[in-house]
Amino acid sequence: MSATGIIETQTLEVSLGPQHPSTHGVFRMDVVLDGERVVKLKPVMGYLHRNHEQLAEKMAWLGSMPYTDRLDYFCSMTNNWAYALAVEKLAGIKVPERAEYIRVIMAELTRLLNHSCAVGFLFSDCGAWFTPILYALRERERILDFFETVSGARMMCNYMRFGGVRVDLNDESLTMARDLVVRWPAFLDEFEKLLLANEVFLARTQRVGILPRELAINASISGPMARASGVEYDIRKVDKYGVYDRFDFRVPVGEKGDTFDRFMIRILEMRESVKILEQALRNIPAGPFIAPEVKLRNFRVPAGDGYGRIEAPKGELGFYLVSEGGAKPYRYHVRPPSFINLTVLEDMCLGHKVADAVIILGSVDIVLGEVDR
Amino acid sequence: MSRFLGKGLIDGLIVTTKNFVGSYFDGGRKDRMFTYQYPEERMKLPENSRSFPFLVYDGAPENMRCTACKICEMECPAQCIYIVMERDANGKPRQRPKVFDIDTSVCMQCGICAEVCPFDSIKMDCDFERSKHGRFEDLLAHLPELLKSNEYYHQIKPAEATRVDATRRPTKKPTDGTATERK
Repeated sequence: MSATGIIETQTLEVSLGPQHPSTHGVFRMDVVLDGERVVKLKPVMGYLHRNHEQLAEKMAWLGSMPYTDRLDYFCSMTNNWAYALAVEKLAGIKVPERAEYIRVIMAELTRLLNHSCAVGFLFSDCGAWFTPILYALRERERILDFFETVSGARMMCNYMRFGGVRVDLNDESLTMARDLVVRWPAFLDEFEKLLLANEVFLARTQRVGILPRELAINASISGPMARASGVEYDIRKVDKYGVYDRFDFRVPVGEKGDTFDRFMIRILEMRESVKILEQALRNIPAGPFIAPEVKLRNFRVPAGDGYGRIEAPKGELGFYLVSEGGAKPYRYHVRPPSFINLTVLEDMCLGHKVADAVIILGSVDIVLGEVDR
Repeated sequence: MSRFLGKGLIDGLIVTTKNFVGSYFDGGRKDRMFTYQYPEERMKLPENSRSFPFLVYDGAPENMRCTACKICEMECPAQCIYIVMERDANGKPRQRPKVFDIDTSVCMQCGICAEVCPFDSIKMDCDFERSKHGRFEDLLAHLPELLKSNEYYHQIKPAEATRVDATRRPTKKPTDGTATERK
């Protein structure tokens, strides 16, 4: 007690992580707390740094394809696509139509997989301990089985190749994919009913961790996070890479930019993904699944630089590649969405309680393999 | 307000109860339950699934398809393959590996070796029970361990093996009498 009669308080510095269940990997938040409120937050990254970019510069073009699986290990298919797209742009390879459709199918399935798990883990962070995430994992299992049937591995798919994909989809796997897509809306209904109207969940997420629209644009936030803040920006619509201009789908946009909006955007995006999948699986043309002129070995890319970007489930995933015309990239840079989305973590968390910081981090949807590379 | 406080909570509980009770009345439907009672019950892996490379031989192990061309060694992103070509007494290459090692601890099962092999020799196995006791030497797979028959290949990947048999050109190797002639 000071002379004036006011209780002297001190701020408390807490290191959340790197081994912390709520941080979705080896991620550390240095939080300064005033009571329970966050007054300062510093994200500390780099615990999972694996030298991805340097490795790729020492390796043949194809050699880094399996390593891109390990960036965002939930969404290996979209990582593959982003890298293949960048190389194709640089080398001027034309992708056959069937391959483009297969890529869309794989990418949208990856979106379903990623969003259902992201939402499930967000529920876990809120304290709905493991029931929702188990339901999400149960459905994810079907997609993983499909990926294994087609590509040979459940998570590290290594599926795309320059100029197409590695394995064709046969009738059996197409039926499998159709079954998956048919039952997905029922799962979403169940999932929404499970916790969407839950009063505890609403109290925990609404008006928590607001990301203003201006900040989202200025900090170059992308993906569901930007759209939750009201930025209508979807690279599938803006860039129309692949064959996305042929599909009829909408881009859901949030209003407030709070944690609840970020959660809801993912549910709505899954519904749109189901629409794209239905169209893609209906209209998939016959034909070659890989451009025949592309060599597997001694693949060389003409000198120059190129940036290929796609709308990965977490945001804009881009690969910037510089070639000197050789068998290896001269420079290889990844623009990981979750790393850049993390930069506004402090702005979202300030003034909220420490338990809310965990939910806000969950709503950013990070995968540390991609943040640290 | 038509909704009373706690309705969302109760709705959620109805869903969990439905799932809980429903899991007991499945009638053997596999679309709800995923559990395999491993090791009594083993999952049949799809044909495309890949775990670890192996080398195919036709007939006898001496009759391996590998010619020690070292393409897989070169293309392997993790550089886990090590090959030494066998040479006869005069130092002439016999177009087969003397040493063919794959480091299990380094291999990331990407399957690029199987893709680039021009002789259809190296293929991806479906075997997932590959744990070993030792941490170092045991994890280095040597040539005898890697060699598996074409019949085994047909057994794990029937469609792919049939396709390979139909399109494969038999490789010409210098024979020295010990190796059986290729059919």
